[in-house]
Amino acid sequence: MLLPQTDRRHIGDRVFGIVLPVLGCALLAVALIIFFACAKLALPAIEKLGVLRLLTGSDWNPVEESFGALPFIYGTLVTSLVGIVLALPISVGLALFLTEMAPRQVRVVVAMLVQILAGIPSVVYGLWGLMVLVPLLRSTVEPALGRWLGFLPLFRGPPIGLGYLAAGIILAIMILPTIASVTVEVLRTMPQALREGALALGATPWEAIRLVVLPYARRGIFGAAILGLGRALGETMAVTMVIGNQPEIHASLFSPGYTLPSVIANEFAEATGAVHTGALAALALALFLVSLTLSGAARVLIRSRRLR
Amino acid sequence: MRKLIALSFLIAGSALAAPLLINGAGATFPFPLYSKWFGEYQKTHKDAQFNYQSIGSGGGIKQITARTVDFGASDAPMSDAEIAAAPGIMHIPTVLGAVAVVYNGLPAGLKLSPEALADLFLGKITKWNDARIAMLNPGMKLPDVAVTIAHRSDGSGTTAVFTDYLGKVSSEWKSKVGVGKAVKWPVGLGGKGNEGVTGLCKSTPGALGYVELAYASQNKLTMASLRNADGEFVAPSIASTSAAAAGVTLPADFRVSITNAKGKASYPISAFTYILLYKDQADAAKGRALTQFLWWATHEGQVVAGPLDYAPLPAAVVSKVETALRTIMVQGRSALAAN
Repeated sequence: MLLPQTDRRHIGDRVFGIVLPVLGCALLAVALIIFFACAKLALPAIEKLGVLRLLTGSDWNPVEESFGALPFIYGTLVTSLVGIVLALPISVGLALFLTEMAPRQVRVVVAMLVQILAGIPSVVYGLWGLMVLVPLLRSTVEPALGRWLGFLPLFRGPPIGLGYLAAGIILAIMILPTIASVTVEVLRTMPQALREGALALGATPWEAIRLVVLPYARRGIFGAAILGLGRALGETMAVTMVIGNQPEIHASLFSPGYTLPSVIANEFAEATGAVHTGALAALALALFLVSLTLSGAARVLIRSRRLR
Repeated sequence: MRKLIALSFLIAGSALAAPLLINGAGATFPFPLYSKWFGEYQKTHKDAQFNYQSIGSGGGIKQITARTVDFGASDAPMSDAEIAAAPGIMHIPTVLGAVAVVYNGLPAGLKLSPEALADLFLGKITKWNDARIAMLNPGMKLPDVAVTIAHRSDGSGTTAVFTDYLGKVSSEWKSKVGVGKAVKWPVGLGGKGNEGVTGLCKSTPGALGYVELAYASQNKLTMASLRNADGEFVAPSIASTSAAAAGVTLPADFRVSITNAKGKASYPISAFTYILLYKDQADAAKGRALTQFLWWATHEGQVVAGPLDYAPLPAAVVSKVETALRTIMVQGRSALAAN
């Protein structure tokens, strides 16, 4: 009760110093437990098929217990890449508009709309994709792309509607808020003096953005893209509804495919036998590692940008 | 004060009379019917309370094997290996379901033979105006449109029944694709759940898929008639599904596939759905309540099945179920005997 001020703070610090690391470690422990639980579940499949065949095989036949992850890894990467390629220019443009040009009232309204976009459940995106986007792709967009860009293998084949392209477009819409809001934050950290300096030297607004703002924010935008990519890799429901769920590898974006999260969600509940369950757990591990690597990379990039 | 608290607990306890909570888990297909049954049954049996989780047939089998639930539910009978892991397990059929073959972009009343259906799903018939389909549908104007197969992408009892049928009628299907809850489809697009397949069918001209009959009739999908084992074209309906069960000799444990059943009125892609429970019930009160409920469900309960698009058990099956229910034991006595 009569303890001096400094000692009391000392006790508080000590308690704090113990509690916080425990909380931090608990989070790490959860991640590790998930990883090891998946690994344990995957063991029967790894023992039967071997890691190499599980990861690089392209056959997926639950009846014959022959499992290979390649079509799913391919589908996950292709749809995520399409998503990033479509979402990145739009979200960077949006972020530039919000920070550099838009009047305050417009900025508030647009920022709110973007947040709403982020809050829509993915099953709603999937439903919209299946009922609106897919018929539009089949009847209009894919035939047009095939006519003008059909010389590329990416845009060949019959327009089905469902497939990599549909999934990629849905993903682009879903990750747009993530990339845009992170990019806005990155642009806000830029010293106003740089921007004003450029304008004072006679640069037009476009030149200021191109020569000063974008080079300054480049790494941050890259980090934002990686965060969006991480979200795209793990998206399950919306992709499952529009990708066609066909475990094959096709060069054309018009073709149906399959992704890692989709096949896990589809088959896990009714997987019979330890090998089938194990193969699905192995897919979960693959996805876990890819996401972990990417979010780690994003963190490193953003930090190195701040320290610069 | 302390006495008062104890007293209030006592009063609260007796007022609630601790209803017996019976837990179950399994198939999603009969879930709407089971919830209706639980609600109806509780009106007259206030002491029994049911909690059913529709987690899928595979999950139901896993949970009853681990004895974490009092009963399981499955659309497909357990395999011999699964039974070996759960000694003393019983199958009680509750109702029947059927798998309807649905399509889009063609006139109503399409007729298909087993061979044509297998060839369509094997990808050997690729156009709707193929001679093999025209032959079965004289007078129908068949368009020059590509066939797009829509199948379930999630593991499902519906797929198990459908592939079981195709495996029976086509040796090529049996050897190339096989039978199971999830198979490697030769052609087509996958949709998640009945609603996913329906979505694919509705949005794709020339689509051909399969969904549960209950789902197809509630959503007014166009269904094909199939040629059954007796050579008759039969449309899927509650009556033709029940007829399929009547055309099959049932083994004592009810584990039987009734696809491609004999009988003029039998719809060929029909199946039982089961409740799984142990013959020796460890908990006497729960065992009695559960057995009495099953008796009610397979008798009075059958009346509500039809309006919910489930096919009731034929009388011959019900009498066999009675025999089976009488063998359920609690503490060495029949669970149905008066306590």
